[in-house]
Amino acid sequence: MTDIRPAQVSDLKAISALDARETGVAKPDYWREMLAPERHFLVAETESGALAGFIAGEIRAWEFGQPAAGWVFAIQIDPTLRLKGVGSELFEALVARFKAKGVTRVRTLVDRKDHLILSFFRAQGMVAGPSLQLDKNLS
Amino acid sequence: MKLQTATRLGLYAILELARDPERTLSSAELAERFGVSSHHLAKVLGTLSTAGLVRGGRGAAGGYRFTGNRRRITLMDIVALFEPAPGNRAKEPGEDTDIGGSLQRVLSEIDEIAEATLASITLETMLKSNKPS
Repeated sequence: MTDIRPAQVSDLKAISALDARETGVAKPDYWREMLAPERHFLVAETESGALAGFIAGEIRAWEFGQPAAGWVFAIQIDPTLRLKGVGSELFEALVARFKAKGVTRVRTLVDRKDHLILSFFRAQGMVAGPSLQLDKNLS
Repeated sequence: MKLQTATRLGLYAILELARDPERTLSSAELAERFGVSSHHLAKVLGTLSTAGLVRGGRGAAGGYRFTGNRRRITLMDIVALFEPAPGNRAKEPGEDTDIGGSLQRVLSEIDEIAEATLASITLETMLKSNKPS
């Protein structure tokens, strides 16, 4: 059983640690910026108050010429608590906030080689969106 | 994207059987449901059975049922049983030229996107999205 609530400054250490464990890169400043009022930054905590996972997003209008949509920037679940629906609960909570603000679409960007996270978003009903991401190496 | 007939039949069969893992269907019943060749479908079911995804099928009227994990098996797992892996293809004539190499990079990009799509859709997701809302 998890409880979902907005992230607070006191959550940042655990959020940053979980992310660094999973991605191999510590980025505490990035997570601190996610606490900005225009962002939606939610955590799931266990009954004992430990961090089970988090999700971060924002509503952006006219990004890449497209009308307002909710963007999911990041989601991370404690590996020992996966496959228990925590990710889906966080996703649904974020989507509910987006809907409450009047947006009707949710978007994200995913590494196409990361089939695990792609599967997660597919299981939430997401499909390929209208845009293609393009990229160029500048070095 | 064009799938080989066996791949398409494999996907039809596994999705239909995974819809209700308790249910048993013969290759003839499955073939009738999709309007395809029963003989061809029987061969496809043999491949799925060897892969451990379905069980049964003794005799012409023998039925098959799904024995895999709907939440784990992806469309790519089924496609890979019937189609050559993208990295396993033979080199085409002209591929070593600059134009051939450029063309191959575009084709590889398409393959990678197709693989990402197929590998990220589980049978569970597929069957859920298929339900009338």
